[in-house]
Amino acid sequence: MSLMTNYSASPLIRIENLCKSYSLQDANGKTITNQILFNLNLTIYQGEFVAIMGHSGSGKSTLMNILGCLDTPTSGSYWLGEKNVAALSNDELAHIRNQSIGFVFQGFNLLKRMTALDNVATPLLYAGVSRSNSRRQALELLRRTGLENFAMHQPNQLSGGQQQRVAISRALVNRPPLILADEPTGNLDTQTSREIMLLFAQLNCEQGITIVLVTHENDIAAYAKRLIRLKDGHIIVDENNTAGVVSDEIA
Amino acid sequence: MNLFAIITEALRALHQNRLRTGLTMLGMIIGVAAVVLMLSIGQGARTKINETIAAMGSNLFIVVPGATSSGGFSFGSGTVKTLTINDAYAIAELPSISAASPVTTGNVQLNYAAKNWSTLILGTTPDYFEVGNWKMESGTTFTESDLRSAARVVVLGSVTAKNLFGDEDPVGKTIRITNRPFLVTGVLMAKGQSLTGRDQDDNVFIPITTSERQITGNQFPGSIRYMLVQGKSAEDMDIAEIEITQLLRQRHRIAKSKENDFTVRNLTAIADVATGAAKVMSIVLGAIASVSLLVGGIGIMNIMLVSVTERTREIGIRMAIGANQRAILTQFLLEAMMICIMGGLIGLLLGIGGAWLVSQVTDMLIVITLGMVGLAFLFASAVGIFFGFYPAKKAASLKPVDALRYE
Repeated sequence: MSLMTNYSASPLIRIENLCKSYSLQDANGKTITNQILFNLNLTIYQGEFVAIMGHSGSGKSTLMNILGCLDTPTSGSYWLGEKNVAALSNDELAHIRNQSIGFVFQGFNLLKRMTALDNVATPLLYAGVSRSNSRRQALELLRRTGLENFAMHQPNQLSGGQQQRVAISRALVNRPPLILADEPTGNLDTQTSREIMLLFAQLNCEQGITIVLVTHENDIAAYAKRLIRLKDGHIIVDENNTAGVVSDEIA
Repeated sequence: MNLFAIITEALRALHQNRLRTGLTMLGMIIGVAAVVLMLSIGQGARTKINETIAAMGSNLFIVVPGATSSGGFSFGSGTVKTLTINDAYAIAELPSISAASPVTTGNVQLNYAAKNWSTLILGTTPDYFEVGNWKMESGTTFTESDLRSAARVVVLGSVTAKNLFGDEDPVGKTIRITNRPFLVTGVLMAKGQSLTGRDQDDNVFIPITTSERQITGNQFPGSIRYMLVQGKSAEDMDIAEIEITQLLRQRHRIAKSKENDFTVRNLTAIADVATGAAKVMSIVLGAIASVSLLVGGIGIMNIMLVSVTERTREIGIRMAIGANQRAILTQFLLEAMMICIMGGLIGLLLGIGGAWLVSQVTDMLIVITLGMVGLAFLFASAVGIFFGFYPAKKAASLKPVDALRYE
């Protein structure tokens, strides 16, 4: 089921002169502007596997939120595929999050007291798919991530690795071209982290899904093909990843 | 997301917080039950009064003689014998009047076989039964020829008949009134209490001519206790009242400067006052009950606000995976509405049950109409929408990034 037959051809994400700043009121009621991102320019093509690295406070999570249409830039433009995200309404942004982006979070962010199956099926419900159809598709995804036997378990009955697999299944269920993973292995042990990263690498290689990953761990970033390093809101490194863990392990 | 899926989500959320949902619902249950109960009591009172008024007859005047006074003491109406049978006959001829029936009253001892009963006796004309809206249980009223011949015939009120005859059929039997034999021609159907609470069924009726000559006769021949007058139409009651007054002043030769020696009372006006009072009572009862519904609604709003804050992260997750503002709004609004509708239904059943219990324990008339049921239900839904909207709106207008970051 290759969604992207022609990946690495056209740009999926195009950012030009993107700035983000927050305005805060200090104790005296004066407005303080706190700029997080400074004039970022970045193009990510379909089929890429990009790791964004940086220390805390470098702006990598802010950039991730903007890329995921969860937040809007203060200035500059962000093109996702053919669409200028800055010009979209709230409903259109919700539609993009639903159809074009799959999120994987550090804290898994599964809906509590809902079965793994229903968690995976929820994006389909928001897309207007019927309950029975969405459950069937969700079960198919859980099968592919090896969790079919846990479909009726609730998140608190699953291990961290299993929860993250459920979250990845949920991110994939609407077949988005882009997956955004914000420190997806931050709460996992080394072995489980490796399994999750291999799953990402596999999705990238076999299905051509573009993956953008935020991490501060070098050995996690090593799975990506391209490395972007942020410092204090500026891109200081943008290079092909030569470490090449993926090719070794996949092969 | 289709409505069915949202309803399922809302039900799941309510189910997760069963105790909280139940307690919030209790506010609605009590509110709706109170509204239904109060409306049914109010409606019952109005129905009861309307029945009494209908039984009284329509477009009625009661004309009573004036009061005498001596040294500043008034002796009450009827202490002067100014109204006569002929006044009544003259009034009956007025263009705006359809009938006028003179009445004399007295207290008598009745005997039948070994039983005796003391009661009120009314001497009147056959018109009286028509004007007063009396229906026959059995037999017939006395007739115009009975009236002309001052026949010894009697019509019994239902309570009197019961006391004197038990289960026996009184029609055709002869009873003794102050030791004179009277033939029972009929028994009246029960009317119950009057607006003033008097038992209208414990009495007997004889032709006024018979009464005059043989039972309650007094030193003023032809004088009556009061007369019952029926106007031709409800619209012309004011005109009729003026005509009656003018005619009686003329017949009694009352000088312009003198006051009336009689009083004309419009019973319709009295009935209107009673109806109005009952209406006000049901409005007041309903208003008091509505306060509890309002309090229940505020409780729902409070809980929904807490729920939205508590579930901020859930809202963020839902937005991240594609829920638009309308989906979030609908979900929370539906949760509030479901509490209201379920609470409303339970409250409705409790209210109906309570009303039934009240009607069993007391002799109050309780009326539950479909309209009331609909109104209570509509009210409950409206409360849900009104008090659920603000928290739902608050949930829907959260920024995804802030909601996701919320701890």
